[in-house]
Order: sequence, then structure tokens, then C-alpha cells
Amino acid sequence: MSKRTTLTFALMDAPFESARTTTAMRMIDVATRRGYDVNIFAYEGAVGLSFAHQKRHANAVHGRDADQEDHPLTREWVVALLEQAAQTGGRLDWVNCGLCCDERGALDHVPGVRRGSPADFWRMASSSDNTLVIATR
Amino acid sequence: MLRYLLIESRDSFENRDTLNVIRMADALARAGSEVTLFLVENGVLSARRGADDMALAALAASGVAVLADEFSLSERGMSANRLTAGVRAAPIDVLVDHLAAGTRTLWH
Repeated sequence: MSKRTTLTFALMDAPFESARTTTAMRMIDVATRRGYDVNIFAYEGAVGLSFAHQKRHANAVHGRDADQEDHPLTREWVVALLEQAAQTGGRLDWVNCGLCCDERGALDHVPGVRRGSPADFWRMASSSDNTLVIATR
Repeated sequence: MLRYLLIESRDSFENRDTLNVIRMADALARAGSEVTLFLVENGVLSARRGADDMALAALAASGVAVLADEFSLSERGMSANRLTAGVRAAPIDVLVDHLAAGTRTLWH
């Protein structure tokens, strides 16, 4: 039986700030659709991606209420990716840097996300077929 | 043969250090490696045909696979048929293919 492909991604950008978040999510989407085992280490501002209290907002400039605006929330993307991985037989292990969470008061996260440390990233990278670090500038 | 994937996300007209990535891709290819440069996000802007930047065409002519993310092109209203010579549009799946194959990958 062949070993399943395992990829690790390190993310550093806070949500709602950079196109890098969208690109990262697109790659994770492809990998989870293929049934790969995927590790995510969310560092610094990226711990906000799975923050459970993200809320939609209205757009007063365009006269749209919150439902009409349908603002995308990264916490929902994370949940969708976790669900997709489960459906395709893969595994998505999403780890937030604990110190980064504490610094930001980002302590509540969507189910399926766990708290860890840079040591987890080292373990992930050591046991993966490949690792991609998407750093902030 | 060693394989390298360099991902360029920055606009070359705004970030001149993108030239260093092109230089590195060229140097790796000249050393005998198989090199892919994948343009994503604002990195695709320099691939517009007619843009005043010949580095990408020269790199593609030297044997480096220069690819531009289809989604990033579409977001910016850029047609895949109007790219610099040698640059091809590609889905982001290509990045995951390379990662899964163990290609040495660097994001810029």
C-alpha cells in the first residue's frame, strides 16, 4: 500500500489583508480534494483565520445589509476545508501558534482547529513530502 | 535532476527584487536543474504582452517553464492569449503537483 502524500503549509498573513490568504486556501483546497494529508501551521496574524467570532457586516457605501453583502469569512473557509478533507479520506491538521493566539486574544476557534507551537511545525515539516512557507513581506 | 519551483507573487513594476527571482531561476536552469517559475497574484502583471519587461520572455527562451495562474489572470482582466511569448496560463493545481512530487519550492 502506497504512502499517502502529506503536505505542510505555513501561513503568516492575517485574514482580510492579503491575496496570499486566498492563494493559500486555493492550494489547500486542491490538496484536500485529492485526499492528501495536509498540515497547516498558522503563525502570527494567520491565527485569525480560524477565529470563531468573525462576523459578517453590512456595506453602507453600497447600501447592502449583511446578508446581501455576504462577506466571506475565513473561519468558514477553514471549516469547509476540514469537512472536505474528511469527505475525501484525507486529513487536515490545522494548528495555531499558541503564543500568537494569546498575544492577539484570539482564543476561540472553529471546531477541528488545535493549539500548538513552532515545534509542531518542525514535526509537520519533518514528516511531510514537502513544505511551503508563505511568509509576509 | 533537481527540480525547483519558484512562486512569484509580486508585481515586478513595484518590487524590483522580483528580478532576483528571475536571476535565480536562470542560474538554477543553467546549472542543469529543471525550473518552473509560477506567477500568481500581482506577479502575473509583468506577463502581459507588450509590458516593458523582457526578462520573462528571455527566461522562457532559456528553458525555464514560466506559468501564470489562470485565476490571477482572470481577476486582473488579463487574457491567456495575450501573454508574453513563452508564458503559459496554468491552474493552481500545478503548484500542488510540484509540491506532491517533492519539487524544491520557494515563495516570493
